[in-house]
Amino acid sequence: MSVATKYELKLGAATREAFGRALAEVARENPNIVGCDADLSKSTMMTYFAKEFPARFFECGIAEANMVAVGAGLAMAGKIPFVSSFSCFVMNKGFEQLRTDVAYPGANVKVVGTHSGISIGEDGPSQMSIEDLALAGALPGFTVISPADEVATKAAVKWAAAHFGGVFIRTGRAKVPVIYSADAKIEIGKANQLLPGTDVTLVAHGMMVAESIRAAEALDSEGISARVLDLHTIKPLDEEALAQAARETGALVVAEEHLVDCGLGVRVAQAIARHAPVPMEFIGLETYAESGTPEGVPIKYGLTSAHIVAAAKKAIARKTK
Amino acid sequence: MQKTSNPQELAEIAKKIRRHIIEMIGEAKSGHPGGSLSAVEILVTLYWDVMRHDPANPKWPARDRFILSKGHAAPVLYAVMAECGYCPVDELKTLRKMGSIYQGHPDVRFLPSLEASTGSLGQGLSLALGMGSAFKLDGLDSRAYVMLGDGESQEGQIWEAAMYGGYHKVDNVCAIVDYNKIQLDGFVKDILDVAPLADKWRAFGWHTIVIDGHDLLQVKAAFVEAAATKGKPTCIVANTIKGKGVSFMENNPKWHGVAPSPQEVELALKELV
Repeated sequence: MSVATKYELKLGAATREAFGRALAEVARENPNIVGCDADLSKSTMMTYFAKEFPARFFECGIAEANMVAVGAGLAMAGKIPFVSSFSCFVMNKGFEQLRTDVAYPGANVKVVGTHSGISIGEDGPSQMSIEDLALAGALPGFTVISPADEVATKAAVKWAAAHFGGVFIRTGRAKVPVIYSADAKIEIGKANQLLPGTDVTLVAHGMMVAESIRAAEALDSEGISARVLDLHTIKPLDEEALAQAARETGALVVAEEHLVDCGLGVRVAQAIARHAPVPMEFIGLETYAESGTPEGVPIKYGLTSAHIVAAAKKAIARKTK
Repeated sequence: MQKTSNPQELAEIAKKIRRHIIEMIGEAKSGHPGGSLSAVEILVTLYWDVMRHDPANPKWPARDRFILSKGHAAPVLYAVMAECGYCPVDELKTLRKMGSIYQGHPDVRFLPSLEASTGSLGQGLSLALGMGSAFKLDGLDSRAYVMLGDGESQEGQIWEAAMYGGYHKVDNVCAIVDYNKIQLDGFVKDILDVAPLADKWRAFGWHTIVIDGHDLLQVKAAFVEAAATKGKPTCIVANTIKGKGVSFMENNPKWHGVAPSPQEVELALKELV
């Protein structure tokens, strides 16, 4: 079966749009859910929640540090706050508050970063978030999720609302290809195998999942069988699925829209080093990007299926057998 | 616990708390005596007279909350909570020791009856505002009290939070600034002056009361006024003396973060009888 028949990769909703819709939905079921935003609700799409539940919406203005800590205070008094802004602002400006007021005491705060990665395009590097997973990953007890599409985002939001503890959900600005059917099973903490394969495993999160599927398709046409894992949960890591993939395919490529030094790749490498060392290659960002179209910037900065294909071949060539 | 509004009784309790502070920090051989001693009358008034709380039921949902945003003054909070019955008095001397419930700065993981883990300055006011907002959603008449340092008021987040509280009229929050005029490196006026402090709070939309933070009657009156103030949160700017009660510690920047020697402990305790 050609891999192309399984995934049409039609353009679907942006994951931030999916977040906004899902938040309003879970809020209808749970009156303890509240929202905090820093003057970006029309961009983060928390606006749907804000319009439907104005009394439960806390507009914090352009003051992210206070916003995160107000969220922590709400949580300490029994609320379930979803705190949202662009990833770069909430994670960078709110990080100390996430450390001291959320992770350290174990407060029940959900952080949703939007406009993550470099695919926001025109606004440029000051608005791009390429270190958010490193920061979120450095918060003990946090669950860190980077969903690939609308269905995965909705699953993450529903899970976060029901889970007690800190959660970071990473979403994007641009529309992304549909990966999952509406009834797909997405379990937080478990990798989703999207394509089986025996020669190499492509591991990805967020928008790079679709690129990995495209890469697998291209590799397939050259007779190379690539397994694709959607590692939507960056933390805790599904080490079992990764170890199995390493043992069964003998080579791994991790692709992500994040700094290559401190994202999913290093976490996967740590797990693989522990369980089943195999050749690995990494696709990600080396430094800050630049303005451009949401489609054009990732191409210039090396985040395409073609880059994954080349990395896969390199990893396979390094196999010792 | 036996609550009281009697100033003589409160003064006796305050003296006992000061003795604990000196003994704890002396035993620990490190800690922050100056800013603990300056806050004694305010915490004693809150815990024995003003706040609705029950040490036998520390997670009572309708309780008032107290957050020590200037977390380095942990000894005064620990001594007060212990004397109220939240935690053992005889363990106060384990302050800052491995495994102690009395960690160097307040840590809810070790002492769950604390309302917040603090120590990184600038954050407690935001927490109190979040709590106050939650009380309003739940229809509770609980109040959130938060003590800030004057040096701490140099943190930008304090003013983000002040703007938020004033604009959103979170009137069930009461901030108290322990205005003892000294921070680690010296006098606040020589580091980065926060004056005029009361004017700043007023400008941010807070009902602001300036008091002598060691005068028990003024302290009580300020809390009564704060509770009666609707439509605005209240900030009590409490003029205090760093190291209050121990003559050689008073108004001396040296005693921000230095423990007294055994001889100095003895001298101090002689003054606190």
